[in-house]
Amino acid sequence: MADDPEIVWASAAAQARAVRAGEVTARALVDAYLARIAAHDGAIGAYLHVDADGARARADELDAARDRGEPLGPLAGVPVALKDVLVTAGLPTTASSKILAGWIPPYDGTAVARLKAAGAIVLGKTSCDEFAMGSANEHAAAGPVKNPWDVTRVPGGSSGGSAAATAAALCGASLGTDTGGSIRQPAAFCGVVGLKPTYGRVSRYGVIAYASSLDQVGPITRTVEDAALITEVIAGLDPRDATSIDAPAPALTRALGERVRGLRVGLPAEYFAGELDPEVRAAVDGAVELLRDAGAETVELSLPHTRYAMPAYYVIAPAEASSNLARYDGVRFGARAGGRGAGLLEMYRATRAAGFGAEAKRRIMLGTFALRSGYYDAYYKKAQQVRTLIARDFAEAFARCDVIASPVAPGPAWPIGAMASPVDEYLADVFTLACNLAGLPGMSVPCGFTRAGLPLGVQLIGKALDEATLIRAGRAIERGAAPALAERRPRP
Amino acid sequence: MSDAVAPVLRRWEPVIGLEVHVQLATRSKAFSGSGVEFGAPPNSLTDPTVLGLPGALPVYNAAALALALRLGLAAGCTIRRRSRFARKHYFYPDLPKGYQISQYDEPLCEGGAIELVCGGERRRVPLTRIHLEEDAGKNVHGAGATSLVDLNRAGVPLVEVVSEPAITSAEEAAEYMRALHLLVRTLGISEADMEKGQMRCDANVSLRPRGATTLGTRAELKNINSFRFVQKAIEHEIARQARILDGGGAVVQETRLWDGAAGTSQSLRGKEEALDYRYFPDPDLPPLVVDDATLDAARAALPELPMTRLDRFVATYGVSLDDARTLVGDPALADFLDAAVAASGAAGARAGKAIANWLLGDLLGMLNRDGREVAASPVGPAALAALVALVDGDVISGKIAKDVLARAYATGDAPDAIVEREGLRQITDTSAIEAIARELIAANPKQAEQYRAGKTNLLGFFVGQLMKASGGKANPKLASDLLTRLLSE
Repeated sequence: MADDPEIVWASAAAQARAVRAGEVTARALVDAYLARIAAHDGAIGAYLHVDADGARARADELDAARDRGEPLGPLAGVPVALKDVLVTAGLPTTASSKILAGWIPPYDGTAVARLKAAGAIVLGKTSCDEFAMGSANEHAAAGPVKNPWDVTRVPGGSSGGSAAATAAALCGASLGTDTGGSIRQPAAFCGVVGLKPTYGRVSRYGVIAYASSLDQVGPITRTVEDAALITEVIAGLDPRDATSIDAPAPALTRALGERVRGLRVGLPAEYFAGELDPEVRAAVDGAVELLRDAGAETVELSLPHTRYAMPAYYVIAPAEASSNLARYDGVRFGARAGGRGAGLLEMYRATRAAGFGAEAKRRIMLGTFALRSGYYDAYYKKAQQVRTLIARDFAEAFARCDVIASPVAPGPAWPIGAMASPVDEYLADVFTLACNLAGLPGMSVPCGFTRAGLPLGVQLIGKALDEATLIRAGRAIERGAAPALAERRPRP
Repeated sequence: MSDAVAPVLRRWEPVIGLEVHVQLATRSKAFSGSGVEFGAPPNSLTDPTVLGLPGALPVYNAAALALALRLGLAAGCTIRRRSRFARKHYFYPDLPKGYQISQYDEPLCEGGAIELVCGGERRRVPLTRIHLEEDAGKNVHGAGATSLVDLNRAGVPLVEVVSEPAITSAEEAAEYMRALHLLVRTLGISEADMEKGQMRCDANVSLRPRGATTLGTRAELKNINSFRFVQKAIEHEIARQARILDGGGAVVQETRLWDGAAGTSQSLRGKEEALDYRYFPDPDLPPLVVDDATLDAARAALPELPMTRLDRFVATYGVSLDDARTLVGDPALADFLDAAVAASGAAGARAGKAIANWLLGDLLGMLNRDGREVAASPVGPAALAALVALVDGDVISGKIAKDVLARAYATGDAPDAIVEREGLRQITDTSAIEAIARELIAANPKQAEQYRAGKTNLLGFFVGQLMKASGGKANPKLASDLLTRLLSE
């Protein structure tokens, strides 16, 4: 550790500035991270695949380009980690599933391609819950990822590997995906920033689908500035994704400098009720207090249909997942079981039985049930109607406020293996699901620690396409909380 | 109609509905930029979306929508301004995603009809719907236990045209297929070559006692992959069901696979094994919105439809329904007729029927004899129009016209030029004909005597002799009139 240059803990923005200014080479940055991964990732298990050679080669190219005086991108030389549901040309991509073992994609997803074009260097692929289904990164073929702040605890999920790698300075920044909280909750559990953009803001082309109407790519970073910078890079219309939104790229880095005076912060009663951990409550109150100190107003409000978010989500997401995961049949890519001459049906059965983990199977079965002929109206369609009501709740709330603040999760990271049942784990997502169902942008910003030293976060939810206000409010919380948080680093 | 079916139809009324898949002639696939081509090397027309690779997404092809819209408008369907794609799930190696992108409860087109001619009358078979979907690939079963998959066809855009159960004979089903084939080709939306699988037919067939109004239990016939088989497969199915019903049995609801080579069908799966496709709206594809501009443009671009043309031929040219059907059935013939009428100048539409007769008679006979395309006919529309004008203007007789046509066909020369060159112009000079007539009467006193004694049918003998003597050039009417007068003197 003593040999680590301080810059590995710096923000991605600072790293890119340093590379552009020639204060550090991209190669030095990459080598520093590769050394840290070699030294510490054994204890954490954030990475599934590290592309040391590729990263070094790309770094050398960038350094050479700089030496030739060529202009470098906004993420020049920043070593990034990518959740393993992001498809990467030439790099194994498994979605943490045995069923995709050995698959090397022939193409880069849009977000990955944009990140690379901006100068970022891909260090490797990070673990996650299988097909992004989970809240603790315990449903991963390679085994659980550990929380860098306490390796006996989960890092959150499903983007647990990206969050852990970012928190432990095993990368400059990372990308995750968020279907029901999978960026925000692990970011909160690991003490880093996570932004889920508005649905359609970032292309899903090259994102292994879990629930197509909910999935969204976003950054997990050490600072709010990094979240703004990376979102600016990856956002924008993509003709390859019919659900991507045709809207001008958000000017998020400009929002960093905007103050929150007069900003109306909504506090939904339903998000502060029930079994909320008192330490979480105190930390979120503290974050809201920081906003108030900076001149924001608070507005009490209600999102009455929030309680239907979980049942609606656990119909819609598994239904879409059961469909999206039908392509893993052993025919064209990934693992095949059943043996030669076993027959088609047996090949399907054996491949899917051996290839999918328990949670993926559970959701495939739930979703298959929900979409059965004659049940569509009662389940999927009803859940979509609930979704409309939830979106309407938010629309009414945003008539009275500019941003909503709430806890990210009911408690801090829990011990590995502590969840007694799948439903207990599903309940851990209770505060993050509605945001996806309504397609709104949401962000998790660090706002404190438990007495036991576990990080806590506050969730900010914005209007559709208004990531700028999240960045503005997030930056205000970060600025206020920084003195208390800055000196703390996870142990590895 | 086969002999087996005829007696059956006295007791049983067939009720037939057809589901026809038509491949749309787009350059790229329904939901990706991958190319479309028949006979390309296996799996060469693929991309991540076609292969169903993880992370790949569909984006709909606006060209496919435009083509489907053309068919919907031509068939008089109601166009849904906001339709949806749905996923239809089943596992099969030629279906890369484990689901087919199709349309379910919100299809692009509803209602409408396919118009046709059957049994000498105009009929219309109402449609349930026309929807857009993507094709699957092809499994190629090789030697031993090996099967190969070719995904070149996967993702090719199709329309599925679903008729109401309103077809009442195998013959009508075959006419429906011909009418639809002609319609899609006229619209330029598909080559619709059944041999290449660009048009495929599934048939739902049931029988009910004549006079009954409720439907019987149906069987679905799949894999009817040529025009020849449409009628054959359905007749076979009618006979099969009638045998069961006549024997006191009940038809089982099932899907059957037609085997064209064997001329029989086998059960593929029963009702119990029917697949649950678990349809739901495809979350990757926003609703398909058809705006006013798109609809107006599609409507404005519609060509004259085959059945509109058929009605026009009957009404304006006075062509018989059967001839009109033959003409319209081959656009080259119909175009020839229209072009010839256009070249007929003042005679215009009045010449239509005669032109049609010459076209379908002598000219087509010669073309068929030589294996020539109508479009490559040595006698073009203007030449045929000129020939008809020569007959119409009494310049030549119909008999001479046949010779003129044959010569024009052989030489490519204009009929007028041939008539002038060969001196074939009809003799309409009364005194010239009268001279020949008097000679003939003088030379055949016996026959003339018999005629005067009342055997008037000998007039034909004299006319024939006169025509022969004039080298066929005498105006037959004039000759007949003159002979009648002179023989009575």
